[in-house]
Amino acid sequence: MLVSILHRATGTALSIGGLAVLTWWLMAVAQGQDAYAAFTKAATHPVGLIVLVGLTWSFFQHLLSGIRHLVMDTGAAFELGVNKTFAVLTLLGSIVLTAALWVYVLEFRA
Amino acid sequence: MSLGDSATPLGRVRGLGSAGEGGEHWLTERVTSIALLLLGTWLIASLLILPDLKQQTVIEWLRPPSGAVPMALLIVIGFKHALDGVKVFVDDYVHEEGNRFAVNTLLLFLAVGGGALALYALASVAFGGVA
Repeated sequence: MLVSILHRATGTALSIGGLAVLTWWLMAVAQGQDAYAAFTKAATHPVGLIVLVGLTWSFFQHLLSGIRHLVMDTGAAFELGVNKTFAVLTLLGSIVLTAALWVYVLEFRA
Repeated sequence: MSLGDSATPLGRVRGLGSAGEGGEHWLTERVTSIALLLLGTWLIASLLILPDLKQQTVIEWLRPPSGAVPMALLIVIGFKHALDGVKVFVDDYVHEEGNRFAVNTLLLFLAVGGGALALYALASVAFGGVA
């Protein structure tokens, strides 16, 4: 139930926020140094970082629960126990992947 | 004879659901999701593998076909999948036919416009206007 709602919420966040950031970033790359500097400034601002971390988590959560939905589309994994285990695994997986990515970015690449 | 007596199971459900249609939409959503599984992973991996994210580095990554083509696919399929997904949301929660048509049309324009803008930016990087 929670994971199903999250699939819609993260999908909406990626549709609006994710595609907006992607488009803004590509426009900034195309427009030149000043535009790119403005994008970088916004992206590295604490608020920008929170948005990017949120989008990263949304991406991983939507990806993992999306795989879960594809499995369930085949008619598998409807048993209560298995279903719940997969649901919990998508949550754990998205948190672990998001944390690993940002620890790597902020600790080893900053 | 009512439809319920004569129809096959498929015939009985066809045209039902909150959108009033949708077998094709349902399948498209799945196919684009598999494509985005690959393209999204490509994007994240590429951003992590690039030595840095300075503008020049990004340009050199996006200019050759190895960068420009997957990015173009990500833009087109990403906006399509987003539109398909948000349409499900709208069909479920906007009940009045006229409003639903208006919201879906607005979202279609936003998705096509946004996708075109992103493709334009990518094209100007890939085809060279930018130093």
